[in-house]
Amino acid sequence: MTVLISGIRRRQAEARIAQRPGLLVYGLLSAILVASLFPFYWSFLIGSGNGGTLSDTNMSWWPGGNFLHNAAAVINNESVNFWKALTNSIIVSSVVSASVVFFSTLAGFAFAKGRFSGQKGMLLFVIGTMCVPTQLSVVPLFIAMSTFGWTGTLGAVIIPGLVTAFGVFWMTQYIAQALPDELVEAGRIDGASMFRTFWHIALPAARPAAAMLGLFTFIMTWTNFFWPFIVLNQSNPTLPVSLATLQANYFVDYSIVLAGVLLATVPLLVLFVFAGKQLVEGIMHGAVKG
Amino acid sequence: MTTSTFVVPERTRSRLAFRESLGRWDVRFSPYLFVSPFFILFALVGLFPLLYTGWVAVHQWDLLGGQGKWVGFDNFTFVLQQRQFWVAVRNTLSIFLVSAVPQLIFAIVIAAVLDSNLRNKTFWRMSVLVPFVVMPVAVALIFGSMFGERYGLVNRTLAHVGIAPILWHTDPFASHVAIATMVNFRWTGYNALILLAGMQAIPRDLYESAAIDGAGRINRFFRITIPQLRPTLIFVIITATIGGLQIFDEPRLYDQNGLGGENQQWMTMTIYLYKLGWTQLNFGRAAAVAWLLFVVIVAIGLVNLAITRRIASNEGPAN
Repeated sequence: MTVLISGIRRRQAEARIAQRPGLLVYGLLSAILVASLFPFYWSFLIGSGNGGTLSDTNMSWWPGGNFLHNAAAVINNESVNFWKALTNSIIVSSVVSASVVFFSTLAGFAFAKGRFSGQKGMLLFVIGTMCVPTQLSVVPLFIAMSTFGWTGTLGAVIIPGLVTAFGVFWMTQYIAQALPDELVEAGRIDGASMFRTFWHIALPAARPAAAMLGLFTFIMTWTNFFWPFIVLNQSNPTLPVSLATLQANYFVDYSIVLAGVLLATVPLLVLFVFAGKQLVEGIMHGAVKG
Repeated sequence: MTTSTFVVPERTRSRLAFRESLGRWDVRFSPYLFVSPFFILFALVGLFPLLYTGWVAVHQWDLLGGQGKWVGFDNFTFVLQQRQFWVAVRNTLSIFLVSAVPQLIFAIVIAAVLDSNLRNKTFWRMSVLVPFVVMPVAVALIFGSMFGERYGLVNRTLAHVGIAPILWHTDPFASHVAIATMVNFRWTGYNALILLAGMQAIPRDLYESAAIDGAGRINRFFRITIPQLRPTLIFVIITATIGGLQIFDEPRLYDQNGLGGENQQWMTMTIYLYKLGWTQLNFGRAAAVAWLLFVVIVAIGLVNLAITRRIASNEGPAN
């Protein structure tokens, strides 16, 4: 009897937890959605107006017809260097992501499946380096880059990002759990070298995590400002650097500034439409592991 | 039955032995080779600069002229005597607090909402992450255009409900609120997803037994969710501390000059570092600020760790 009652109460409790949320929850989520998207609409609203739109007290909430005109003003502005900045951003983000994925997976494979002395200490060291703030090394890094004459070149932005502690840690976690030891053993017995085992067995097995790491690194590199701003210049910028130039130029005309902001944001928005789901999964997956 | 009767020619045997030792060498040393790119790169762009910052900080060092004479701790004492330095510390901490506290609360609430049994889960999760793909520079320009003192959208909206215009650029605290808004726009959803992952890892039977005991939704949230979330909370708070105290992009683009306002209303420590190094061309002092910033980050990080531990272990059936 008591068993039966507790069974019923348990089921009631389960039902209470699993019930579909009400309108309040969806209302709240919709409000968050609107807040997430409003800045984009605002940029388009101002970016499709003219120099006076922002300060117009009777501003219309309907976009104007000047967006292409303003976008052209951004693109044709020589000091903003838009196409060069876009190309540079694509090059830097792609090279950095590819390199981070390759070297992190290689190191992750060694940490997860290799047996070597000092392994644990080295992995802890990698994790420890994540806590060192980047700002601490900006001054000497700049001195080094100018000594080599690399300031103003893309190499100065690419090289410091070629492999990250986060990437190594992330891939170690994933490979340790996703790649069975037997598979590695089998490769070894067949006489494959460690590198062949990595290339033909570990790399394919790590593909989902590698894709997420690549996506995440691409976004972080694309949006990065501080170091590129310091080491690059207006004639060879990345997108964030040239946006800063745009603001300094058109300090009164926000319609052009915000048109430029939209142009610089669209590429990642498109990427998000296609890969946003993976990004969400990646962030949530990494959180549980980390 | 001793050994194989098969006779191996001498040459093949030595080749086999060679291959075997090559294989052993491969197993022993390849892992070092595989992890070496990280360590080499870290030595070059992490460790060396870290130590070299200390070296630069105890010298007179000009951006153009290079290394000057040894000055001991003069750069540190100079910086520590500047009013601007302390204003920068105040601003950095103020912006950090004004952004981190509401951000964390909102992120927990959003995570809890996303943790309910939603339809179209993926859609709602993606919707909170959209701001993350916008570069901070763009966020700063967009929000900067809303926080104008005379015609800004925010002040105009406030005027509709009868609130006097707020001096978003002139008043230090108001400028911190505006900058914190930019930070929170970009990071709240991201942190909400991390907290959501933490929430989903909490065993469901904990909730069930609490529900059997008659605990309501609010009660379950404070007695189970928050204490169980402790490791995730610590992770989120520590990363937010390290990133937040180094803030540069948003205050840099909050006006056209980028040096933190006429009276340093929103000049953060990193902007001060930039100002010393790249507009005053004094690398020695900039390096000193870099080290002081590091000290502040470690100190605040430890304080936050202590607070998080206390808050999350006070109650609940955890442990």
